[in-house]
Amino acid sequence: MSPVAAIVRRELAGYFTTPLAWVFLVIFLALAGAFTFHLGGFFQREQADLAPFFNFHPWLYLFLVPAISMRLWAEERKSGSIELLMTLPVTMWQAVLAKFLAAWCFTGLALALTFPLWITVNWLGEPDNGVILAGYLGSLLMAGAFLAVGSCISAANRNQVVSFIITVAVCFVLLLAGFPLVLDFFSGWAPELLVETIAGLSFLTHFASISKGVLDLRDVVYFALVIGAWLYATAIVLEMKKAD
Amino acid sequence: MLKVEGLTKHYGALTAVSDVCFEVQTGEVLGFLGPNGAGKTTTMRMIAGFVPPSAGRAIVCGYPVDSEPVEAKRKLGYLPEGAPAYGEMTPADFLAFIAAARGMDAAARARRMGAVVERLQLGSVLHRPIETLSKGFRRRVGLAQAILHDPPVLILDEPTDGLDPNQKHEVRQLIAEMAPEKIIVISTHILEEVDAVCTRAIIIAGGRLLADETPAGLIARSRYHNAVTLTLAPGTAAEPVAAALGAVPGVASVEHAPGSLTMTAFPAAGDAILTRIADLAAAQEWPLDRLALESGRLDEVFRSITRQEAA
Repeated sequence: MSPVAAIVRRELAGYFTTPLAWVFLVIFLALAGAFTFHLGGFFQREQADLAPFFNFHPWLYLFLVPAISMRLWAEERKSGSIELLMTLPVTMWQAVLAKFLAAWCFTGLALALTFPLWITVNWLGEPDNGVILAGYLGSLLMAGAFLAVGSCISAANRNQVVSFIITVAVCFVLLLAGFPLVLDFFSGWAPELLVETIAGLSFLTHFASISKGVLDLRDVVYFALVIGAWLYATAIVLEMKKAD
Repeated sequence: MLKVEGLTKHYGALTAVSDVCFEVQTGEVLGFLGPNGAGKTTTMRMIAGFVPPSAGRAIVCGYPVDSEPVEAKRKLGYLPEGAPAYGEMTPADFLAFIAAARGMDAAARARRMGAVVERLQLGSVLHRPIETLSKGFRRRVGLAQAILHDPPVLILDEPTDGLDPNQKHEVRQLIAEMAPEKIIVISTHILEEVDAVCTRAIIIAGGRLLADETPAGLIARSRYHNAVTLTLAPGTAAEPVAAALGAVPGVASVEHAPGSLTMTAFPAAGDAILTRIADLAAAQEWPLDRLALESGRLDEVFRSITRQEAA
């Protein structure tokens, strides 16, 4: 087994030895269902698609994903196990990637467990399953982006609550980067190019187009770049602060 | 071979480790001695590749830790200070993880895990979460993790801390058994340990290397080295004896607390005074309870070396 696979396996097993995994899964599934049926009006819309389900994912992730990411590195530091991990024959990049992948697999599992909704919508009507698949893919990519942000912030400080709050705040800004709430802050004084760049960074706009079934390579590349950049930042932060 | 070249670590304005150099060959057990905060742990962390040095480097079996960290780490077994582990895992799962992360195949894993678990007597706690174990067991899990892949170089930061005397003895025996084929560096602040297991000792204080000698060589630095201590039988007048001792050729000074029956005669440099004192005692028929040649006191050497630094 490669070192990366070994770390991913250990991490995943670690999620399930604490109540965290079960609490997360139950709350995620309950909220996803509640949002879809009550706020999203799944039945009232009388449309065979999962739009009301996917539309709430950004907001679900905003609070649930930081709960996973906050412990990624903070816990390793608190227990000192980071010293063990970093003296195994793995590179910093492999360690960062392995821990991220484990967390991503876990959120992927939570997402996969929403399959009864997919069965329901196929039972009731004839949805475009391609659009639904795209929605799942977009949702998974967005979850990865949230996790990568959280990974970096978790690496930067050892307090889990602080990590949680900062991650929620940063993700909130990134989610709404394309909307007046964030843009108004810049549009008064910043050059137009910068404002447009910031608008282009919005998770929400990229996710919206994927979840409508438009699988544009640019959106996929966007999320891949976001994940890569934040993980790279994680490795740099750890290199600087791992022994503090 | 383990080679440490001018390792230096600054934390802001503070210099934790300053220009530490040494070499260790296979078969040597090097003891790292020093007061708390002397830079022992920081030096070991730099060798293990956890803390990047500000200057200098460590070379493990030909692999520089800074430029070929993964290769160097493969050759190293490392017990970090405090023996950290993943507390929610059981020792069985934890060791299996370490074996997998170190790329050991199934056969090697089974063989080494069996051997290590037996050697460190972990069998009874193999399936209990590490965080519920006693300090002694946790330390031994950390040791098991370090020696699991049978590395040629072992860096052990306080391997016997928190162990009871029997367990300490066991661990020292384990170190002695492994010593012939390995390079072992241990840090400790227990001086008897240096005498018990190390073939060489380094004293480090204030981040600087102050002494690098065999334990016997260190002890010979003691002013008690070859001094003679005698205790008179109760009821004897001590003062005349102390005065007579001072007149023995080769005795540089005599230490005697007033009213005490015990006194120590210190030789002039390199002089052997035991037989002369013994002859004198026989001739004068002093009623002796005890007459002993001192080999030297490591704690006294340690104090004088590290205090010099502090002063």
